[in-house]
Amino acid sequence: MPKVKVDGVELEVPAGATVLQACELAGKEIPRFCYHERLSIAGNCRMCLVEVKPGPPKPQASCALPATEGQEIRTDSEMVKKAREGVMEFLLINHPLDCPICDQGGECDLQDQSVAYGRGASRYHENKRAVTEKYMGPLIKTTMTRCIHCTRCVRFSEEVAGVDEIGALYRGETMQISTYLEKAAAHELSANVIDLCPVGALTSRPYAFEARPWELKKTLSIDVSDALGSNIRLDSRGREVLRILPRVNDDVNEEWLSDRGRYMVDGLTRRRLDKPWLRRDGKLVAATWAEAFEAVAKINPGSSVAVIAGDLVDCETMFAAKKLGGALGSTLLEGRQTGLAYDTSNLAAVNFNSTLAGIEDADAVLIVGSMIRDEAPLLNTRLRKAVKKGAKVFVVGPQWDPTYPATFLGDDLAVLGNLPAEVSDAFGAAQKPAIILGGAALGKGALGAGLAFAEQFNLVREGWNGFNVIHMASSRMGGLMLGYAQKGGIGDLVAAKPKMVISLGADEVDFTKFADSMIVHIGHHGDKAAHAADVILPAAAFSEKDGTYVNTEGRVQYAEKAVFAPGDAREDWTILRAMADALGVSVGFDSFEQLRAAMVAEVPALGVEGLADYGALPAAPSGAKAEGVIAGYPIKDRYLTNAIARSSPTLQRCSAELLHGESFAEAAE
Amino acid sequence: MADRFIEPDSPELRARWGAFAWTAENAEQAKVIVGRYPAGRQRSAVMPLLDLAQRQVGAELNTQGWLPIPVMEYVAKYLDMPVIRVVEVATFYTMYNIAPIGRFHVQVCGTTPCMLRGSDDIMAACKGKGLKKGHTTADGMFTLTEVECMGNCASAPMVQINDDNYEDLTAADMERILDELAAGKQPKTGTQLPGRHTVEPAGALSNLTAMVDANHDYRGEW
Amino acid sequence: MALQDKDRIFTNVYGFQPWNLAAARTRGDWDNTKALMERGQDAIIEEIKASGLRGRGGAGFPTGMKWSFMPKESKDGRPSFLVINADESEPGSCKDREIIRHDPHKLIEGALIAGYAMRARAAYIYIRGEYIREAETLFAAVQEAYDAGLIGKNASGSGYDFDVFVHRGAGAYICGEETAMIESLEGKKGQPRLKPPFPAGAGLYGCPTTVNNVESIAVAPTILRRGASWFSSFGRENNKGTKLFQISGHVNRPCVVEEEMSIPFSELIEKHCGGIRGGKDNLLAVIPGGSSVPLVPAAEIWDAPMDFDGLRALGSGLGTAAVIVMDKSTDIVRAISRLSYFYKHESCGQCTPCREGTGWMWRVMERLRTGDADVEEIDMLFNVTKQVEGHTICALGDAAAWPIQGLIKHFRPEIERRIAENARPALSEAAE
Repeated sequence: MPKVKVDGVELEVPAGATVLQACELAGKEIPRFCYHERLSIAGNCRMCLVEVKPGPPKPQASCALPATEGQEIRTDSEMVKKAREGVMEFLLINHPLDCPICDQGGECDLQDQSVAYGRGASRYHENKRAVTEKYMGPLIKTTMTRCIHCTRCVRFSEEVAGVDEIGALYRGETMQISTYLEKAAAHELSANVIDLCPVGALTSRPYAFEARPWELKKTLSIDVSDALGSNIRLDSRGREVLRILPRVNDDVNEEWLSDRGRYMVDGLTRRRLDKPWLRRDGKLVAATWAEAFEAVAKINPGSSVAVIAGDLVDCETMFAAKKLGGALGSTLLEGRQTGLAYDTSNLAAVNFNSTLAGIEDADAVLIVGSMIRDEAPLLNTRLRKAVKKGAKVFVVGPQWDPTYPATFLGDDLAVLGNLPAEVSDAFGAAQKPAIILGGAALGKGALGAGLAFAEQFNLVREGWNGFNVIHMASSRMGGLMLGYAQKGGIGDLVAAKPKMVISLGADEVDFTKFADSMIVHIGHHGDKAAHAADVILPAAAFSEKDGTYVNTEGRVQYAEKAVFAPGDAREDWTILRAMADALGVSVGFDSFEQLRAAMVAEVPALGVEGLADYGALPAAPSGAKAEGVIAGYPIKDRYLTNAIARSSPTLQRCSAELLHGESFAEAAE
Repeated sequence: MADRFIEPDSPELRARWGAFAWTAENAEQAKVIVGRYPAGRQRSAVMPLLDLAQRQVGAELNTQGWLPIPVMEYVAKYLDMPVIRVVEVATFYTMYNIAPIGRFHVQVCGTTPCMLRGSDDIMAACKGKGLKKGHTTADGMFTLTEVECMGNCASAPMVQINDDNYEDLTAADMERILDELAAGKQPKTGTQLPGRHTVEPAGALSNLTAMVDANHDYRGEW
Repeated sequence: MALQDKDRIFTNVYGFQPWNLAAARTRGDWDNTKALMERGQDAIIEEIKASGLRGRGGAGFPTGMKWSFMPKESKDGRPSFLVINADESEPGSCKDREIIRHDPHKLIEGALIAGYAMRARAAYIYIRGEYIREAETLFAAVQEAYDAGLIGKNASGSGYDFDVFVHRGAGAYICGEETAMIESLEGKKGQPRLKPPFPAGAGLYGCPTTVNNVESIAVAPTILRRGASWFSSFGRENNKGTKLFQISGHVNRPCVVEEEMSIPFSELIEKHCGGIRGGKDNLLAVIPGGSSVPLVPAAEIWDAPMDFDGLRALGSGLGTAAVIVMDKSTDIVRAISRLSYFYKHESCGQCTPCREGTGWMWRVMERLRTGDADVEEIDMLFNVTKQVEGHTICALGDAAAWPIQGLIKHFRPEIERRIAENARPALSEAAE
């Protein structure tokens, strides 16, 4: 713990800290462009120069200099002021100063820092450099003349995403940032470079000229595009959410967000169910709420009711529906829409126990039946870090490109019972071994074999639980905690032939199996379920209601309402509450607060933000073994995995251009 | 030199160079080159291999050679490295021609030591022969580039044409050299100053005179 | 007393005789190298330290001390490397070329001795790409040395295994910066690394590495053979030894010549170069150490000792001892502006002050050359050079700034004259 002096104030800093970090600990702001906590140190912008004694009589780049015992650091000296003014001037001489037409305006590091540290006038009278535009795909809009060559985007792609596709070509003042042959950045995390870009060189293409940051209301929310529960911020103006940005949460998404979660946003205003619909003579016709509830009452299902939760719903909605079902006398609840029926008697066995942050420490990882980049993009960045630290990764399932070295063991699950020596040696020697079971493995009934593997290699040990299941639905763990699981999965619901099926945005269900049921769909998008529904009750998307979500590691998180649902759409719980009235039963709550209190009373873990405790891992069922070939992974199109995403023109284009090779480049100009 | 840009990718380029592969001889040479670096560090070989590839292209086209995109991709694949990193290298170093080039790449040094000794005249002589800076002559014979210091300052001014240097130039020398090259002859390389051997004081050797005629061993005088 | 031929190290510097191994052996190279190595690694380093040899690549860091920074044993299994800087690209410098093409075995023997002393497993000689024929000679000489068992397994019968590899650059001045060179050797763009870590701790492939200039390495065997006291008998205190001077520009006979350190400028020029073109009085200014050092006006340079301290006292430096002489016919502003263009061209583009500053400085210099500027811009330019100097990752920023500072310091009246004579007030307003 070296002691240093920053502007005369002595303080102790953690061993290994840089001078920049020491200054920050001392409460001094150090301007920077290239430095980023989560990327390697480049030291190229020279904005963070400070004066350090002992050392050469010139300013030092604080981002790259280790803090050492006895250093005297000055951030307020004339030398530092001049250095900052000088660097600022250099950065600006070839920068276009087109702030009025730049989307970065108002949240631009260059703009902010030039106000704070610049000289206020330029002495540059030569022509400014112009750089040709570079195409980077449907998500990233480039204005490369604005680029200040901090190389954050290059480092992100190489280091975090693991997709070497952005480089700095040429040299000197003609250096240019570009993707290879100006191809579209095509990986699942590509748009994070927009957040990283400190200037307006890389901005969001779909968001171009939409709004200024100061016009926006910022609401804290949770990403529902996968089961990781990435922390996000919804930026809205009026009744519309205009963009989604990641928030920092080191335990979950660090500060990244998948492209899918980010660009679902324009799906929120399209294909919306904004009024009730009723099926009359086989056709859906618009209706009033009164007519809709009348229709529900007419179904008069008695206790012959089943509830199916979709992938995007919050715990409150599921709890309210559960109460309604219960009041009617039914416990037929299921959330695993596509038919999975794994054992849920012990939630520890279906949880990501290592935690997302913890998996970085794993030194041997066996992935069974998961194409992680599609299913949980930000888990893949964690695994990448583990591999960088030396972890060995093995995969059972069809080949995919993990961005890090991994050994594929074939797609036959039988390999679990007959592990190659390479695998057993690695796991035998590992300090923190882990297994990750994905949907494709669960679908093949491999959960038991996974537990057996955990026992075989002692995956649960002091301070470490290496048994993990990765889910794909943001509602999954919450649903399981609320009892949305039947022993036989959705098959049990089909077998019960319910008179009424309540769909909570259940857009992935094969409703042909419920041909004899009346389907009441509470949802927000005119997607698959709406087509099968007999009664459509328009509800709120995740951005339009407060809600609790539990991610795949059992982390309870709360999202807040950013805007009102469009048209006649209502928040889900109010719909369910009104349905209770229509059906003549009581659900026991009249307000959202009462609903939440009742939910927490029933499942106390949902009332505490953070990791739920599911207890110890169960013993593996005796004789558990895995069989069968994993033919493919559940996600066929990583951009179009849910109703909101499917309604998003941006993600539709990503799918068409990046996955199916359609050319849009010219149309975009 | 500022206007160096990659020749854009095109179907024609793909058709012409998509099947690029080492010749048998170069395949051997490539192995030797990669062998100079520790195992797992084969990426170090990217510079020599780009040079080798450029020369192979040059041999095929009877020019100094250049690096079409598919050739860069071939090298990237050969070394198992991301192609963007290969392109970074190819665009960073000026000796890689990233666009087609002529039979002879006439590189006149224009930096101060050569400038003081008359590189302007050399440049003018080239222009007089129809060469234009940054361009290839219509017959594809010469591409003229002004380059930075080539390290021949004590025998300035100089020009490097493909692999050979011509030093102590006069405008007349330059014209003669271009003529000879165009005529398919190999001009005398090195210094063009009559009576000068390399970089000794011309015409009045001030030291090491004993070395001129014999491989003198000075150890006896230590 | 001027240096005698018998005390010259590079006896074949002019290439009158063949470079090959047989000829080199006749001249004394590879003469019982094993015995030199048997003195022991620490003894070799001590001898080099005692000789007073300072790095010949420009910075003048004591060579023996540099070697002593290398780990004496590998604690974690990492090997050590010697990287020899033959990326001679500094305008004015042309000495390593002569060593490589005419006396390559001095370099290769030096590589073995130095590599052995610093316990390196191999040397990489990074030769600039434009030295095409020179590299061919070097490859062939290395092969000769391998074939004769002088390097490789049990090098020179010493029991020490040592490889020498040649790596060609491809046109980038910046690769002469030691960490840029290491990056380049690793197959990347030649962009200097941040220091710390220093190469002696983590250099090539993350292993301990020393980067030395060709001349520093090539003189080592002779220093060992003749003794530190012989080498240190030349030159002034702190500026010992012999040195290859390269005189270009406006002298009657430009040449490369090995001379005693601290030789007065006048003696160097009169003795070897046939004097200034047009006579002593025709001398305008001299850039005494390659393009990176500030120029020195005629009056100050004439009697100055050509060594590190002597030239530093004049506000300049010895650099690589590349002496660029300019007589009164020189357009001095253009001469420096051309160097500014050079630095703009060679900036790697990594860090802001250099990437943006070199282009700015060159553009202003070009206007000062024609007088298309305001007088205030002279000070502005000076200020910009100060904004670059000392603010960059590597020394290229400093090197770009110093020539301009030297020009403004010594030739401000000339610049002002051009501005005054450039009658352009009407034009300038029209141009706005």
